[in-house]
Amino acid sequence: MSDMDRRVHAHPILDDLREPDTYIWYHDTKIPAVTGEPVAAALMASGIRVMRHTVKTGQPRGIFCGIGRCNDCKMVVDGVPNVRTCVTPVREGMRVETQQGLGAWRDEA
Amino acid sequence: MKTTDLLIVGAGPAGLSAALAAAQAGVRALVIDENQRPGGQLFKQIHKFFGSGVHKAGTRGFRIGEQLLKETLEQNVEVQLGYPVYGLFPDGRAVCGSPEGAQEIRAKKIILATGANENNLCFEGSTLPGVMTAGAAQTMINLHHVLPGQRVVMIGSGNVGLIVAYQLLQAGAQVAAVVEAAPAIGGYGVHAGKLRRAGVPFYVSHTVHRAIGTDSVEGVELVKLDNFRKVDGTQLEIPCDTVCMAVGLTPMVELARLAGCEMTEIPALGGVVPMHDENMRTTNPDVYIAGDISGVEEASTAMEEGRLAGTAAAEALGALDAETAARLKDEIRRRMALLRSGEFGAKRQAAKETIVRRCEAFEAGRQEEGERA
Ligand SMILES: Cc1cc2nc3c(=O)[nH]c(=O)nc-3n(C[C@H](O)[C@H](O)[C@H](O)COP(=O)(O)OP(=O)(O)OC[C@H]3O[C@@H](n4cnc5c(N)ncnc54)[C@H](O)[C@@H]3O)c2cc1C
Ligand code: FES
Repeated sequence: MSDMDRRVHAHPILDDLREPDTYIWYHDTKIPAVTGEPVAAALMASGIRVMRHTVKTGQPRGIFCGIGRCNDCKMVVDGVPNVRTCVTPVREGMRVETQQGLGAWRDEA
Repeated sequence: MKTTDLLIVGAGPAGLSAALAAAQAGVRALVIDENQRPGGQLFKQIHKFFGSGVHKAGTRGFRIGEQLLKETLEQNVEVQLGYPVYGLFPDGRAVCGSPEGAQEIRAKKIILATGANENNLCFEGSTLPGVMTAGAAQTMINLHHVLPGQRVVMIGSGNVGLIVAYQLLQAGAQVAAVVEAAPAIGGYGVHAGKLRRAGVPFYVSHTVHRAIGTDSVEGVELVKLDNFRKVDGTQLEIPCDTVCMAVGLTPMVELARLAGCEMTEIPALGGVVPMHDENMRTTNPDVYIAGDISGVEEASTAMEEGRLAGTAAAEALGALDAETAARLKDEIRRRMALLRSGEFGAKRQAAKETIVRRCEAFEAGRQEEGERA
């Protein structure tokens, strides 16, 4: 899964393309990341699309609005549930997990 | 509690332009945005803008944003980023979230420049990962340089749909289809032309019947429309891993409602907007609006409206004399009229005039009531 690379490496207009310079953990997989980018961008670059499963029917949800409005991208980040990954910048070594339902704090789980 | 003469909510093109105009008149504004980055939608726009020289036509959107931000910061405007404003009282008290909890701000005048929200469509499978707004895809490719997928179906052929589809091509994705419910393409011919030349198929009089997939999108089923009604037996499957919706924007007017501003419905500009006069002032005399919140248009008009609101607020605060303010506002209105000409512009111009007329009628009624009481 983490072999997939969806980063834009060449572009006719954008000249500030950056290569990964850090990493985060997606469950037990190390994912390359660019300092300052949102967690969701790092996951998307590795082809990870399911951020959480819904409370009642367990349906998958992924990035929808990309700007912090819809809550579809909530995940458990460093043990804290309900973090909107599209507006949360990556930090080296951060731990990101798929959220189930309303999510649980790490010490509850 | 924090106090300021002028509070501006939203650091998009409208809010920044308002802050700049106010600062040039000698009013120090506080600009608040919930985003970590200023610029609103402008920083996602990598194509060249239309219009005349004064409107920076031929300059790419993000360059305009960089320039605007630089000028604003040079004027020592205070910009607070990462603070969502979620409360506004009719008397001018605003409440925003901050790392330390709720923060109250008291302002003499307020300019709301909160922009618009993207609309969405409901269909079977529309909640599958891989189905997203065009804005989300645009944010991912142009700001974060990550492709949301490899093969995209775009729903909606207005300018946002056409531009984002082309930008997906530029970023290296395939665009499998642009789907439009109306019988004709909605956006400008130049944008559609670029896609056609790249071989992107257009499906007019079509809509998405459903998205297919279990954990994420694997394809869509389109269906033909006859006068916007689905025609049985015309389903057509297109494999793709991403579906983008570009089906219009709705002005974000919640804060204006909280401030007690009277609303009016104007479908040509995206729905319900606060009534405003020709100074961008709402029916709450201390609250002004600018940009997409006052009707969805373009970044160029948002900037002019911002300048107008900033100038008018500075005048109301006593920083500009009537004569200087009138001259500045006339210049802005002349430029704005230029932007609202042509086939598409004229419709927006007419809709804008309707809002101002309704506002005048409302104010006249209010005055009459006052005289009778
Ligand atoms: C996907 C997409 C593509 C577009 N493409 C184009 C294009 O190519 N060309 C063009 O001319 N126009 C385009 N537009 C239209 C665009 O909305 C306008 O051009 C312009 O950006 C409007 O400026 P604005 O300042 O009114 O709003 P915005 O640019 O949307 O800025 C509003 C700001 O307010 C902030 N905000 C909102 N609510 C709050 C709150 N409660 N508290 C704190 N901050 C808040 C937001 O974070 C945002 O930064 C596009 C819009 C979208 C959504
Ligand atoms: S994708 Fe909508 S809040 Fe993150």
